[in-house]
Amino acid sequence: MTTETCAPTPALLALLRACDGSIEPRSQGAEARVYDVQLSGVECVAKQRFAKTYRLRELDERLTRSRLSAEARTMVRARKLGVLAPHVVHVDAKESCVYMERIRGCALKEALRSGETTREDLRRFGEEIGVAVAKLHDGGIIHGDLTTSNLMVRDEDGRVVVIDFGLSYPSKLPEDKGVDLYVLERAITAAHPSQTVLFDDILAAYKKTSQMWCSTLNRFAEVRARGRKRSMVG
Amino acid sequence: MAPSDERACTRALGLEGSANKIGVGVVRSDGTIESNPRETYVTPPGSGFLPNDTARHHRARVVDLVRKALREAGVTMGEIDVVAYTRGPGMGAPLTAVAACARTLAGLYDKPMVGVNHCVAHIEMGRLVTGCDDPVILYASGGNTQVIAYNERRYRIFGETIDIAVGNMLDRFARVCGLSNDPAPGYNIEQEAKKGKKFVEGPYGVKGMDVNLSGILTFYKTYAEENLGKGEVTVADLCFSMQETVFSMLVEITERAMAHVNAKDVMIVGGVGCNLRLQEMMAIMARERGGKLYGLDENGRMDDRFCIDNGAMIAHTGLIQYLNGETTPIEETECTQRFRTDEVLVTWRDKAGTKRTAEGSPAAS
Ligand SMILES: Nc1ncnc2c1ncn2[C@@H]1O[C@H](COP(=O)(O)OP(=O)(O)OP(=O)(O)O)[C@@H](O)[C@H]1O
Ligand SMILES: [Mg+2]
Repeated sequence: MTTETCAPTPALLALLRACDGSIEPRSQGAEARVYDVQLSGVECVAKQRFAKTYRLRELDERLTRSRLSAEARTMVRARKLGVLAPHVVHVDAKESCVYMERIRGCALKEALRSGETTREDLRRFGEEIGVAVAKLHDGGIIHGDLTTSNLMVRDEDGRVVVIDFGLSYPSKLPEDKGVDLYVLERAITAAHPSQTVLFDDILAAYKKTSQMWCSTLNRFAEVRARGRKRSMVG
Repeated sequence: MAPSDERACTRALGLEGSANKIGVGVVRSDGTIESNPRETYVTPPGSGFLPNDTARHHRARVVDLVRKALREAGVTMGEIDVVAYTRGPGMGAPLTAVAACARTLAGLYDKPMVGVNHCVAHIEMGRLVTGCDDPVILYASGGNTQVIAYNERRYRIFGETIDIAVGNMLDRFARVCGLSNDPAPGYNIEQEAKKGKKFVEGPYGVKGMDVNLSGILTFYKTYAEENLGKGEVTVADLCFSMQETVFSMLVEITERAMAHVNAKDVMIVGGVGCNLRLQEMMAIMARERGGKLYGLDENGRMDDRFCIDNGAMIAHTGLIQYLNGETTPIEETECTQRFRTDEVLVTWRDKAGTKRTAEGSPAAS
């Protein structure tokens, strides 16, 4: 990571100073940088989406705009559905920046890779994730990017917090829910091949929680089968 | 790779014919590609290649190509140590036709055989020619669209298309626009797109690290049928718009996978990887992450000799497998149309990627 590409924009820099924030991002994901800030004494993070210069400008601007609003809107709705997600503090559309509660903890992928997770921990993670995804789906929300990078394990109580709702959208279609689960399954099998029981536990908890588990899991099985059957010529 | 004592080297002959190209290559264990001739079965505009016709083409051309490969390499069958062939994935009839030729050669000259996974061969060829040891790989071709990274002895699929492959989508759109299949429909779309001016916004189908492409094809197809010829939009505009949209999606999921596994370097393989606009976009993305698009030059350029299906990639990968003690008994040399990239146990690499740093938060790196 070069420091040059990590530098916040001048406007954000002013804001970061005003709200007593760190200028070094805590992370640079695919599309956003996340800074630690203090807003009226509360520890927050500022997540700013930056322009992706490989994309055509008009396409990029449209995506940034719609993802920013999807993210803020869904986070609020997710919390109303009883899903553990950061509390939204403020949205600055002009700077493509959302300020939210800071979660103290680490990404689930780091917890899984630390080699310190027991079968019991996995079972608990699986249960919590399955319940959270079921609540989102039953509430008509598709997360859109369920991976072990976008689930955090909170320090205070070890609970799983769902983050990164930038690709979320409202839908009640079994196909969309099925794909959401499929994305999560592959994120786990590819990145954590020896801990795939986690996904079995997630599905089990999902089934227990979701009112519509039957249509969703049927469709999930279909999406999966399509993947296996794809002829892959060329 | 540095040239080494030729006599100390092992040498493989590789045969590839899983789709509409038939290729034969001779590769040495020091990485030298001694020959790599290829021919493409080109169909008339508006039509795709059908399995039986393609197999007939390959059967008719394969013997000449084997002779040519040996002649260009300046070797005889006696100097070949192993015959490698594509086991799958691909179209059944062409795969079987080419495997039959490989079996005949191995039988006649009493050589061992090795069956190779076509997708893994693209990756290994990419690693050989670019010298990039442990990249995240975008494999984009007529039949495949996958984002791959090595992890725990397999090439793991982090993202892929949930419906059709990107090359297939481009080919089908070229047919709608009446573009030629010569040299390749995707190439002609690329040329048209350069002339495009107006961006027609369609759907954008990113699902985490996966993409949904058929919806986009349907959108632009319908749009083309309803609007072309009315003077407001041209074939060039539509090729441009579709290409920008689809490549943005591919670069985006590749970047997401790179962020997920904490990788900096990237490589594009497969026929669609020849597209200069895709290379340009990927190079910008990698540079902005502080990494690099690996290719044959500093800008990550790849060329069709290696991106498009070829015999050398099968020879090279077969040779690695052979040197790791693997041979395929002749009675097991059948083909399989479905053969996923992550089914192959990669015996020739370290357990984790060799260069990848310990995983942790990117901020700590
Ligand atoms: N509320 C939060 N509290 C603490 N850390 C956070 C919070 N939100 C994000 N982070 C950190 O920042 C990283 C990146 O955030 P996030 O996943 O939201 O962005 P991204 O992946 O770059 O975005 P996107 O996929 O929407 O383009 C996370 O992995 C996490 O380490
Ligand atoms: Mg994220």
